[in-house]
Amino acid sequence: MNLLNLIDLNITWYILVGVLFTGYAMLDGFDLGVGAIHLFVRKDEHRRMFLNSIGPVWDGNEVWLVTGGGALFAAFPEAYATVFSGFYLPFMLLLCSLIFRAVAIEFRSKEEWGVWRQFWDVAFSLGSFVSSLLIGVAMGNIVRGIPLDADHEFAGTFLGLLNPYALLMGVTTVLLFAMHGAIYLSMKTEGELRGIVSGWVPRLIGLFLASYFLFNLYTLIEVPWVLDTVRARPYVFLVVAANVLIVLNIPREIHNGRDFNAFLSSCLAMGLMMVTFGLTYFPNMVLSTPDPANSLTIWNAASTQKTLGIMLIIAIIGVPLVLAYTASIYWVFRGKTSLTKHSY
Amino acid sequence: MTAEILARIQFAFTIAFHYIYPPLSIGLGVVLVMMEGLWLKTGNPLYHNMARFWTRIFALTFAIGVATGIVMEFEFGTNWSTYSRFVGDIFGSALAAEGIFAFFLESGFLALLLFGWNKVGPRMHFFSTCMVAFGAHFSAVWIVVANSWMQTPAGFHLETVVNGQPVVLPPGHIVTTADLTSVRAVVDDFWAMVFNPSSIDRLTHVVLGAWMAGAFLVVSISAYYLLRNRHIEFAKASLKIGLAFAAVATALQMVSADITAKGVVQNQPIKLAAMEGVFDTVPSTPMTLFGYVDGANETVVGPKIPGLLSFLAFNSFTRPVAGLRQLPPDDFLKARHPETPQEDLPQLRKSYWPNVPAVFQFYHIMIIIGVAMLGLVVVSCFFWWRGWLFDLNRPLTRWLLIALVFSVLGPQIANQAGWFTAEMGRQPWIVYDLLKTSEAVSKVVTANQIIASLVLFGLVYALLFVMFLFLLTRKIQHGPDNEEESEEMPDSWKALIRTTPRA
Repeated sequence: MNLLNLIDLNITWYILVGVLFTGYAMLDGFDLGVGAIHLFVRKDEHRRMFLNSIGPVWDGNEVWLVTGGGALFAAFPEAYATVFSGFYLPFMLLLCSLIFRAVAIEFRSKEEWGVWRQFWDVAFSLGSFVSSLLIGVAMGNIVRGIPLDADHEFAGTFLGLLNPYALLMGVTTVLLFAMHGAIYLSMKTEGELRGIVSGWVPRLIGLFLASYFLFNLYTLIEVPWVLDTVRARPYVFLVVAANVLIVLNIPREIHNGRDFNAFLSSCLAMGLMMVTFGLTYFPNMVLSTPDPANSLTIWNAASTQKTLGIMLIIAIIGVPLVLAYTASIYWVFRGKTSLTKHSY
Repeated sequence: MTAEILARIQFAFTIAFHYIYPPLSIGLGVVLVMMEGLWLKTGNPLYHNMARFWTRIFALTFAIGVATGIVMEFEFGTNWSTYSRFVGDIFGSALAAEGIFAFFLESGFLALLLFGWNKVGPRMHFFSTCMVAFGAHFSAVWIVVANSWMQTPAGFHLETVVNGQPVVLPPGHIVTTADLTSVRAVVDDFWAMVFNPSSIDRLTHVVLGAWMAGAFLVVSISAYYLLRNRHIEFAKASLKIGLAFAAVATALQMVSADITAKGVVQNQPIKLAAMEGVFDTVPSTPMTLFGYVDGANETVVGPKIPGLLSFLAFNSFTRPVAGLRQLPPDDFLKARHPETPQEDLPQLRKSYWPNVPAVFQFYHIMIIIGVAMLGLVVVSCFFWWRGWLFDLNRPLTRWLLIALVFSVLGPQIANQAGWFTAEMGRQPWIVYDLLKTSEAVSKVVTANQIIASLVLFGLVYALLFVMFLFLLTRKIQHGPDNEEESEEMPDSWKALIRTTPRA
């Protein structure tokens, strides 16, 4: 345990919880994104390709959300309790959308007739869209800060969570995931379909960057503390600049047919967005507004040092295993998707 | 209805629905390992067909298990945020361990299990199957450990905050409502928390229940094919494996049930008294076989066997089992309610009882089904031994097979009833003798919000259940494929079969 004493466990867990949620965004992000753009192809065969490209992995991707939630609960129970009870209705809607979407993936392929497939296509796409939007809205509210009382209980309302700032973050998230999904599809498809989806990528990048730019602008107006923090931590600008450059690199990779590099860039861009958030937000877990004194931080929201230490041992054993499984599964299912009798 | 009751209904609804699927995955996981292992050992393509068919059934139960499991992970925070603050230091780590160790293992290798037949070699595929089954069991370990800690908390102390510094509270500190913003339970000894007094008993009981759920699903579908005269060879082989597995699981479950109940006698005497409907403490305490609790008169109506409960609890026909009129003891009540006069204690005591009639019924449903399953297994094995099991011209065999078709419902109902016994029997506590359920709810969530979510989940889960039945029926009607295996099997697999001598 001596080695553990040298590490600041609270900061370590702030990073580890961030890593889990970033993993979730990178992985479930593309399958939610595939869902969001699902209706933009018309042919049944193309839609089946969309579904089968995510078929083996979407279930595993959602595990990152479960584990992220579990890690948040274990490491920062106060933050988990405050956010999950405060965001009661949006989270219930999110859960229902995620389940509804899973049902749609399974149901769609079971009957041939047009209306059946059309219905489940819409359900899949809508479920993916609403899930992405709500994830973004939750994130937007965390950035903006939510009203907390002295006992760290949420003191706002449901409608208060649907403020324009959070909604813009929601839209930005949908566009980010859609871009990410389209890049993933370029990597997994070939021929005519690849031509279609890779054609969307530059447009989605444009839309995303516009929305991202607007969001950052809005942040400076709506969330004044961000500017102060960034002034104190100017290196955040470097991360943002690197982020924009990497996003702009994607069309070049797509154009040169290096789809995997494009996908990697997109993952990296998402990672850098989370790093931007993490560096700016530190050391807060849930920012309270208008009274910042009630905020939850990595200290007052945390479990005991003992539990954080035990959890770190669990993470040291578990996380390399998790990364190994994830990498090997994606390795096994690398290459272009093809349709067989048992496909969706 | 109050927000507390609604939050409990909502949680019970979502967990009961969820609890249909993971036991099937755990049980079927073992069956898949057996079938694929047999195939690799013998090279008999029949076992390959079986593994493929049962994998498709497994995939369905697993997918719904994951989808509904995410909900559970969220609901501790959404519905029980005060609880989450209070026990996060302990309970959270078990949940996070479940995610990191079990869920990733399962979901990662599941992709290979389902979609990897022509991507990896047979040994790697078999390894994946083993890992999925192992992961499914591992997730049961962590969640049952977490739940058992709520039943028999251990390895922790209470802590409060004074002037920003943590202060350790003495053992036996009674948590009051005013404490709830500052006091929390923190871990002393991780392994004492994991191996709390009821963990092993309850884990064994849950896993065996899951094995029974999986085994009887195989038995049921196989019996259906036999009755319909379809896929006969496949059905016979599946039925043998399923029945053997069911017999082992059911026999072990009887032992586990006895040990688990003896644990409840020691650790949660009030729950035991409610399960058996024991109000008065009398020597040679009888056991009621079935019946109902007359709540007004505080008696149980039904046939009783004298001394049986004493024997099951203490291996003594005379030693009395503590009744509810003594539980919880006066000291316990006085410590919590010093202002209550002695004569009011009997009335006060009742507020520390669970809903006795409901707990009694759930428990007895579980016991009756358990005994019935044992009977069914014994009769089926007898038929098998005499060579009658597959003799469809025998009317008795047909009746037995019809019973086996419906046997799939037995473990499902018993698992649910057992869960309700365990959880309702723990009331009014959410963490036994420490934190009350009524104090554990989310303070900021209103009754209307919970109703809205209940309606939403009611609709989505109804859809999900219809989908499950629809897809399950289709998969059963479609049946195993006999032709596909030769053409879809990759060359590397064929080579292995050719080089493996037939057993």
